[in-house]
Amino acid sequence: MSTTTFGRVPAVEPGAATEPSYLTSENTIVSWLFTRDHKRIALLFFVSITFFFFVGGGAATLMRMNLATPEGLLQPALYNRMFTMHGIIMVWFFLIPSIPTTFGNFFIPMMIGARDLAFPRVNLLSWYVFNLSGFVVLYALIMGGADTGWTFYTPLSTVYANGYVFAAAMAVFINGFSSIMTALNFVVTIHRLRAPGMTWMRLPLFVWAIYAVSVVMLTATPVLAMDTFLLAVERFIGIGLFDPRHGGDPLLWQHMFWFYSHPAVYIMILPAMGVASEIIPCYARRPVFGYAGMTIALMSIAILSFFVWAHHMFVAGISIYSGIVFSLATFFVAVPSAIKVFNWTVSLHKGRITFDAPMLYALGFVLLFTMGGVTGLMLATLAVDVDVHGTYFVIAHFHYIMVGATVSAFFGALHYWWPKMTGRLYPEMWARFAAILTYVGFNLTFFPQFVLGYLGMPRRSYTYPAEWQSWNLLSSAGASILAVAYLLPLFYLGWSVFWGRKAGANPWGATGLEWLTPSPPPKHNFERTPAVRLGPYSYDPESDSFVTQEGTRHVR
Amino acid sequence: MSGSARLAPEVQYATLEQQGDTAQLGMWVFLVNETIFFGALIFAYFLYRMTYPHEFAAAARDTVLWCGSLNFVLLLTSSLTMVLAINAAAQDENPRRMMIWLVVTVALGSAFLVVKGYEYYLDYQDKVVPVVHFESKPGEGSAGELFWMFYWVGTGLHAVHLTVGIALVLYMLLWRIRRGEIGPTYYAPLEVVGIYWSFVDTVWLFLFPSIYLLGRS
Amino acid sequence: MYHWIPFWPDTAAVNAVVVNNLYIAELALSGLIMATVVVMMLSFCIHYRSRSTASRANLVEKTWHFEIVWTSATLGVFLILFVWGAAIYLWLFKPPPADEEVYVVGKQWMWKVEHPGGQREIDALHVPVDKTIRLVLASEDVIHSFFVPAFRIKHDVVPGTLETIWFKANKTGVFKLECTQYCGLQHATMQGDIVVMTAPDYARWLAEQGVNEALAAQGADLFRAHGCSGCHGENSTVHAPSLAGLYGTLVHLEDGSVRIADDAYLRDCILNPRSFTVAGYPPVMPDFSGQLGEDELLKLIAYIKSLAGKQEAGR
Ligand code: HEA
Ligand code: HEA
Ligand code: HEC
Ligand code: CUA
Ligand SMILES: [Cu+2]
Repeated sequence: MSTTTFGRVPAVEPGAATEPSYLTSENTIVSWLFTRDHKRIALLFFVSITFFFFVGGGAATLMRMNLATPEGLLQPALYNRMFTMHGIIMVWFFLIPSIPTTFGNFFIPMMIGARDLAFPRVNLLSWYVFNLSGFVVLYALIMGGADTGWTFYTPLSTVYANGYVFAAAMAVFINGFSSIMTALNFVVTIHRLRAPGMTWMRLPLFVWAIYAVSVVMLTATPVLAMDTFLLAVERFIGIGLFDPRHGGDPLLWQHMFWFYSHPAVYIMILPAMGVASEIIPCYARRPVFGYAGMTIALMSIAILSFFVWAHHMFVAGISIYSGIVFSLATFFVAVPSAIKVFNWTVSLHKGRITFDAPMLYALGFVLLFTMGGVTGLMLATLAVDVDVHGTYFVIAHFHYIMVGATVSAFFGALHYWWPKMTGRLYPEMWARFAAILTYVGFNLTFFPQFVLGYLGMPRRSYTYPAEWQSWNLLSSAGASILAVAYLLPLFYLGWSVFWGRKAGANPWGATGLEWLTPSPPPKHNFERTPAVRLGPYSYDPESDSFVTQEGTRHVR
Repeated sequence: MSGSARLAPEVQYATLEQQGDTAQLGMWVFLVNETIFFGALIFAYFLYRMTYPHEFAAAARDTVLWCGSLNFVLLLTSSLTMVLAINAAAQDENPRRMMIWLVVTVALGSAFLVVKGYEYYLDYQDKVVPVVHFESKPGEGSAGELFWMFYWVGTGLHAVHLTVGIALVLYMLLWRIRRGEIGPTYYAPLEVVGIYWSFVDTVWLFLFPSIYLLGRS
Repeated sequence: MYHWIPFWPDTAAVNAVVVNNLYIAELALSGLIMATVVVMMLSFCIHYRSRSTASRANLVEKTWHFEIVWTSATLGVFLILFVWGAAIYLWLFKPPPADEEVYVVGKQWMWKVEHPGGQREIDALHVPVDKTIRLVLASEDVIHSFFVPAFRIKHDVVPGTLETIWFKANKTGVFKLECTQYCGLQHATMQGDIVVMTAPDYARWLAEQGVNEALAAQGADLFRAHGCSGCHGENSTVHAPSLAGLYGTLVHLEDGSVRIADDAYLRDCILNPRSFTVAGYPPVMPDFSGQLGEDELLKLIAYIKSLAGKQEAGR
């Protein structure tokens, strides 16, 4: 249905002097702050979200310090504000934007052979709106933070809490616009700006994943926007849409919140699935197993994710029959995830596997995602959820998926595409070490929390009975290993920008269009319009060769 | 004045036509998003309406029907003039006719806001501004205040959207058209604004009956 | 005091045993799934590492054969888990006839308990072993969640409505009572003890409490003090329904719908009479919201329930 013509005839003829790279073409501050180049905007986003990751991580550090002893080291009020801000910042200011706004922004146009996103100004505006919301959330944090949990349950948040709930809710509200703008840009770009020959079934799975995630963002985020808007109004003037004393219904807030936030958890995992689907074939040197199945799975997760929200409310006082319906729907949405896990695993079969850092992160992703997923199924089982809801079991479940899986995929993507983005190779040994350390530290931190959860430790508690200290101590110890594993790349990647070996156009021998152009890419991505002839993963392990999407065969 | 002939597409597009198509798709996608935004509000409203049918009906009888209806007519007409402006843009090399229709559109939109402002003034006198200036009327119970919450949030958000619409049309008039960028060869920006305008109109098409008419007999 | 790292919570109620079995089954299944994935991944990684000379000829082409197999296999397993979990859920959340009914009010940051005999306690709940106990839960402010890990039961306590859950302890001892819904500053300390006692011990404990008046009797006083009896009393001139025998019956409403007269319904009648009307009566019952605290409400409800047996049920 769409026009798939590629952009104007390039200014530079093939064979003529190459354009300067996007990094060096202009170098004033203004040229960065007002850039419309998707690659530069991606880097701007990268700086912002990395900052917020460490702010959220700082809060986590304080929390784990506090929980190392049963009595706790922090004031209760401080602890409560810390986990609330940790949740808010990690979810909306790091994880939701993380992969889409950085690697999506940078590579979607390149992977479909376009010269930019459809609306470059909207893209830049999205970054400014993101930072505006970031300032508001930092304001809320510095003034003392909110203390409602990231879920803002009413009437606690509207009437009883006395932190900066209004500011925090407004930050989330504004942040939503940034999500929406970015998602809109991706949807339109993927529909309209694909290079000649780039049909839907030739799109790399990362593009499919970002497409799926953008559709979810576009349809779910406005509900959150309305929800937080009503919350802010209620908090501000005190009339209770969500307050039973005024005839309001506190559960309405939860319905609207989860109507957004359940799809939002898939917003956080789908891009990571896309990343894994790029990395695994590249390092296994064979096509991904079941390309069509993978795309169907992505889209069905996106659609089904809208029908399961009340599984967060099994014990909240919804009718038991809707509980049953939502449990069934939750099992259905897990089926496509199962397809993906099996397909990734079988994608190793008959490969020529090397274990570079991106691959280690990707394998870690699959294992931790499976672990988080099967515990998700336990939560979806009604009777078990009645027991473990609101305990550390839930905390462990979602950290396995969000931190174990998605953050690992984020680091995998960072290493995989680092040479393309900067033109430099990272030090391989350090990177492998960091990947393994992440895996070990992660399991040490969060596995004990499953046990704690089933023992009955309530989440959001600054203090706990002494008999649970051993597990908590283990978790805190793991968290410090994890912190090291997350800080390490900061140093060696930073080092590599200046002193790393120069990377060629295609250091990994990968097939995607993004590897056809020099590293770092020129300002308008390609010197010549790519003409796509093949699907994305034409690796042949038997002869150890690969064919790019333009159809040239390379033997390694 | 046929400056549009000089227009070149932005770097990521092959042709102006592709650029225009893409802009339109962008607006449609945005409107899906807006529909869900207002949809969430209207959904919540009907949920409460079902919980408190009598109170809401009683409170709804205090809305100023003539203001709402007049605005209904004003906005419908403005959608028509907007379409006429786009037609003119597509047909005439000379932008005069298009500009006239756009001015009429802006005038109608502003008239809507004036009427709405006057209605808000009447509402204030009627003491139906929750918390700020409120008096519960007989038959409304405590849920009446909830009705007025929805009234203010719904009409207020709609007014904000309309203001944005007016600003967009003014931007077309005072900037894009003056620079000769809109004409028969390329009028996609105006079309995009037009789509947005009809959306704002459609929202009122839903808000008006649900707030003013329902339960009034 | 503890001697060893805890691995498993106490299992001290009929409910807990049933949930426990499901949990163990799921743990085993999850372990199996994880093991499958790990074993597959490891063996591929070793066998097909880049330096190995294993044959790579004949990559699988028709992938969908495999995909259909594992899709339907997982779907099958999921359906079993779903049915198992849902069956227990229905059983857990549909209270059976109770031997004893206790009222619990959550409040920032304590649990207030009222026994039918009028005994009150705070952050503690004494119950007899091997008896079906029904709890009626109310909240005075924000949402709390009533959780007893050893019984595997939990329910949110939402302000503005009443919730009912049940359990049947099968071991004596002291177990943790927790709040698992974040409810503000001291949420972490909103904890208490569930003391499960043998029947004689429990009877002795009840007797030692120095009770003034049973709950229903206190409710009867309130019923007069707030003027309910003026309309609902036996010789009232107002056309208002008699409340005797009301509890547990089906009520036909003016708009044609039918509701069960359970605790939540009674609460709605008193606090929100305008939103519905009993068929055949004028809508004149005044709105008592704001005038009655949660514990007063519970007393009134206890009183209305106590009327259940006094007349023949037909109304
Ligand atoms: C990225 C984030 C993410 C993702 C992807 C998921 C994925 C899933 N989640 Fe999770 N979840 C969260 C983030 C996420 N969740 C968060 C943040 C919360 C708590 C919010 C809060 O309260 O603060 C939460 C809470 C939560 C609850 C509510 C718990 C409670 O509060 O009581 C439930 C209940 O059903 C649930 C279920 C699931 C399921 C079934 C999946 C499935 O999609 C998982 C599917 C994957 C698999 C199943 C693994 C692979 C499958 C196989 C290898 C097949 C073989 C398996 C078998 C045959 C068993 N989640
Ligand atoms: C979305 C992403 C995300 C991520 C990445 C994380 C990352 C981590 N989380 Fe997160 N967490 C949530 C989302 C996330 N969390 C959410 C949504 C909640 C629920 C909140 C709520 O209940 O409302 C939660 C709650 C939560 C709790 C439960 C709190 C409670 O209920 O009482 C705990 C406890 O251990 C925890 C721990 C951690 C740890 C150790 C990490 C680690 O992975 C973090 C590792 C990173 C670092 C360690 C950074 C390293 C940097 C430094 C060390 C610099 C430090 C600088 C200074 C201190 C100046 N988290
Ligand atoms: C002015 C008279 C009046 C007073 C005072 C009054 N009621 Fe009522 N009540 C009514 C009428 C009339 C109805 C039936 C119509 C309706 O549902 O609104 C009713 C209905 C009820 C019902 C539902 C009965 C059913 O058959 O389902 C309950 C329960 C109830 N009242 C309890 C109370 C309690 C408790 C009080 C005091 C705190 C009270 N009422 C005070 C007039 C009154
Ligand atoms: Cu009460 Cu937490
Ligand atoms: Cu969910």
